Amino acid sequence: MSSEPVKSIQTPIALEYSYTPGLASSRFLRAVATGKLVGQRCPVCRKVYIPPRGSCPTDGMPTEDEVELPDRGVVTTFCIVNVPFAGHAIEMPYVAASILLDGADIAFQHLVQEIPAAEVRIGMRVEAVWKAREQWGPSLENIRHFRPYEGAV
Amino acid sequence: MTRPVAVVAFAQAASVRREDRRNEVEMLMPVVRDALGECGLTRADIGFFVSGSSDYLAGASFAFVHALDAVGAWPPIEESHVEMDGAWALYEAWVRLQLGDVDTALVYAFGKSSPGPLRELLALQLDPYLMAPLWPDAVSLAALQARMLLDSERVTEPDMAEVVARSRRNALGNPNAQLRGETAVEALLAEPYLVSPLRRHDCPPISDGAAVVVLAAGERTLRLSARPAWITGIDHRIEVHALGARDLTESPSTALAAKRAGVFEGHVDVAELHAPFSHQELILRDALQLDGHTTVNPSGGALAANPMMVAGLIRIGEAARRVMDGAASRAVAHATSGPCLQQNLVCVLEASGNRSDGERGNA
Repeated sequence: MSSEPVKSIQTPIALEYSYTPGLASSRFLRAVATGKLVGQRCPVCRKVYIPPRGSCPTDGMPTEDEVELPDRGVVTTFCIVNVPFAGHAIEMPYVAASILLDGADIAFQHLVQEIPAAEVRIGMRVEAVWKAREQWGPSLENIRHFRPYEGAV
Repeated sequence: MTRPVAVVAFAQAASVRREDRRNEVEMLMPVVRDALGECGLTRADIGFFVSGSSDYLAGASFAFVHALDAVGAWPPIEESHVEMDGAWALYEAWVRLQLGDVDTALVYAFGKSSPGPLRELLALQLDPYLMAPLWPDAVSLAALQARMLLDSERVTEPDMAEVVARSRRNALGNPNAQLRGETAVEALLAEPYLVSPLRRHDCPPISDGAAVVVLAAGERTLRLSARPAWITGIDHRIEVHALGARDLTESPSTALAAKRAGVFEGHVDVAELHAPFSHQELILRDALQLDGHTTVNPSGGALAANPMMVAGLIRIGEAARRVMDGAASRAVAHATSGPCLQQNLVCVLEASGNRSDGERGNA
C-alpha cells in the first residue's frame, strides 16, 4: 500500500436540462426570428427592457406592454478581448460592448466590429449588421455584430 | 423570551408536472401578489425578504438572484436566500424578526423539477467523494429506508398504501394538488413495484411550483390578519451525514425538534407533514407522537404535490391556513430536506400567541 496521500479524485458529472425561457423571453425570441427587436415596458417606472424577462427588476411588476425598438443605439461601455477561449472563432483582439438601443433603458452585450478595437469609444453610435435572412433563428445571434453608424438618434 | 411572530398570509401556485411556458419569475409574480393582497401590504411595507430554492433544479448558477425580479429590488431591499426548502427561509425570517427592528417578512420559495433529471440530480446533495460518484438516486435511497422499516415489522405494505389512499382522498379538496382521487388499498397493493418495496404511488409526483408566506410581528400583526397563526415554537435538527450510520427507521431529529418547538405541550388538531414517500409519514407520526386524534395532511401532503424547495414551506402555509380559517386552534407543520429525512424542521402554529403551558424549550 502506498502511503502517499490521495490528493485528488475525478468524479465526472453531467446533467441534461430542458430550459424554459418563459413567456416574455419566448415572445422576444419569436420576434427576433423575424428580424424585430421587441422590448417590454414596466407599467410603473415606464422603463423598457430588452431582452425582456417578463418582470421589472425594479418594481417586481409584470411587463406586458411590448415596444418595438430600432436596431441602432449607443455603446455604454466595452472591453477589448485579447484572450481566446474554447469554441470562439473571432479574430483577436475583438470588442465586446454593452449596447443601449434607442428607446431602451437597459443595455445588452454584443460585438462591435468593422472598426479597429482601439478606436471604439463609450458614446459611439452603432447599428446592427444582420446575418442573411435564411440564417435567422430565435436568437440574438441573428445580429452578426454592431458597427459604427453616423446618424441622428 | 422570544418575540411573537405570526403567519398573516399564504399563497401558492398550483403544482403541475411540467410548467413549460412560464419561467420561475413568471410563476412567482402572481403568488407574491396574492400573498401581499391577502394581508393588505405592498412590497414597500416588507422589512425583509428571503427565498428558498436550489440552483441545481434550474441548472444555472445564481438562478436564485434572477428570482429577485419577482419582488423587485428598488429602492434597495434587505434580502437573503437559503439553498434549501423555503421552510428554512421562513426559519431565517423568524430569526430576523426577533431582532425587533422590522415587523414584516416575505418568504418565497420556488422550484421547477421538470427541466432536469430529478432522481439523479438529488444524488449531488450527497457526500461528493464517496457517495455521489455512485449516483444513488433519490427513489432508491428512500426504498432502502422503506425496506429497513418493513423488516423491522413495525409497519406493513398495507400501512403504506393506507397513507397513499388517504393523501389522495384529502387532495380532492385541494385545488393546488397534482394527484388526487379515491383509491382502494387493495388496488394500490396490486400495482407493480417501481423500486422495491416502493410502488410508484409510494413516491411523490415530480412537481413545478411556488409558494409565499408573509410573517408579521408586533402590534401590526392584528391589523394584517383577523386571526393570524402564531408561531409558538420552531426548531430544526439534522442527522449525521453518513446514511449507514443512521437508524433509518426512526427520526430522532424530528423528535428533538418537536420537543424543542413544544409539540408535546398540547393537543395537535392538524399536522402537515412533509413526507415525500409514504413510509416516511409513518416514521414522522411516530417521532411526533401523533395519534388518531390529529388530522394528518388534510392538503394531501407531498404525495399529492411535491415541488422541490417549496413543499416544506407549503406545509407551514397549509397548517397556518387551518389556524387562520378557524378549522384548527393548534397545528404542527414539518419540513424535511435531504435523503431519507436527513434534516427536519418542526413548527407549531396556534390561534393564541401564548405558547401552551408545560415544559418550555428554547425555540
